[in-house]
Amino acid sequence: MGLISDEYVRLLGAWPSPFVLRTRIALNLKRVPYEYLEEEDSLNSESVLNYNPVHKQIPILIHGNKPIRESLNIVMYVDETWLSGPPILPSDPFDRAVARFWDVYIDEHCFTSINGVAVAKDEEERKAAIAKLEMCMALLEETFQECSKGRGFFGGDNIGFIDIGFGSMLGPLKVLEKFTGVKFIHPETTPGLFHWADRFYSHEAVKPVMPDIEKLVEFARLKFNTSIFK
Amino acid sequence: MGETEEVRLLGVWFSPYAIRPKIALRLKSVDYDYVEEDLFGSKSELLLKSNPVHNKVPVLIHNNKPILESLNIVEYIDETWNASGPSILPSHPHDRAQARFWSAFVDDKWFPALKAAAITKSEEAKEKGMKEVEGGLLQLEEAFVSISKGNPFFGGEAIGFMDICLGSFVGILKAREKLKGEKLLDESKIPFLCKWANEFLSDDTVKNVVPEIDKVVEFLGELEVRAQSAVSKT
Repeated sequence: MGLISDEYVRLLGAWPSPFVLRTRIALNLKRVPYEYLEEEDSLNSESVLNYNPVHKQIPILIHGNKPIRESLNIVMYVDETWLSGPPILPSDPFDRAVARFWDVYIDEHCFTSINGVAVAKDEEERKAAIAKLEMCMALLEETFQECSKGRGFFGGDNIGFIDIGFGSMLGPLKVLEKFTGVKFIHPETTPGLFHWADRFYSHEAVKPVMPDIEKLVEFARLKFNTSIFK
Repeated sequence: MGETEEVRLLGVWFSPYAIRPKIALRLKSVDYDYVEEDLFGSKSELLLKSNPVHNKVPVLIHNNKPILESLNIVEYIDETWNASGPSILPSHPHDRAQARFWSAFVDDKWFPALKAAAITKSEEAKEKGMKEVEGGLLQLEEAFVSISKGNPFFGGEAIGFMDICLGSFVGILKAREKLKGEKLLDESKIPFLCKWANEFLSDDTVKNVVPEIDKVVEFLGELEVRAQSAVSKT
């Protein structure tokens, strides 16, 4: 009888999605062989509806025949199933709680603000969203200093849960920087994050799957029909 | 031999989120100090210091380290006191992923829909919202049947993560039934969840932790009066 970790792995995803990116980085870190299936139109995809009838969203990891949904859930699942690679979550319960807290913060505040800037209907709304996003960056800079303790990543010497959670947002952040002219990650205001971003981009688990920025810019232009993308 | 562990929980009696760590701590037989925050008044120094990002309860302070967010706290309790009491999260990674998925569904979709439907003044929005809430309960009924496999709880024979998550809202559902005649826990539609809800409320770890339904009814009534007087002042 084979190990559960030997069962066939498929990932339903979409190349622009930062959430899908998280799961690919996690699988790469653990060197898990998997089949990647690009779902261009996830809302109308039969596979997506079949495996995620509740949210009809990607990413969906299908291991054996069991679906696992929600990006952070998938990253935790990968960490807990493939034990031979480097750990993604720290081992100490308190550090794990901190990591989980920040990834929830990144989704609920950071990503929401990124979206807020993109869909803002007028200058006032956009300014407010930008201000919120800048606040998030300041907080994450502080968190980086605390968690990294002088080492290269939030996770320490190697990328961990917060690196994956936040690093997946670097693409969308760069797109916004291009369109708004605002530098969200800057060597003066967020020096820790600035250098961390370079290290993250060059990491062997990240480099092969990070979407090309020009392609992301074009995607944003087509997707968001709001003022900043014209 | 062992150091005295200092465990404090900051909460408010009404909050379903604060109920969650209380149940988890009881499951693990952990002694703790409970600090009641003033629901309508100003936040304590300790709360502001421990949760500077969100200033919200619950907060668990373990040996001076704060742990935030109710489900995060429950996982932390499960991992820290892993030698005592039953496991709160399932052991198999796929079952854990299921538990986390459904609890995120409850917290991010289902309860916000209930809250929005309860507050809205628009009849149309209320109706639409309640349909979403009822639909969510049907999905949770299906999930319960598949996950519990004939056992009384999502966690199996004992209360687990998903029971704590959804169970923390049962008091509010029962109180709304008394106050508004709103029958969300309808035996004809969700028979398994209704049975589960009663099992949950009668469980020893939950019994003296969840506030009495009549107190909740009174409190919900008071909330409504406050909301109305706030509107009439504008």
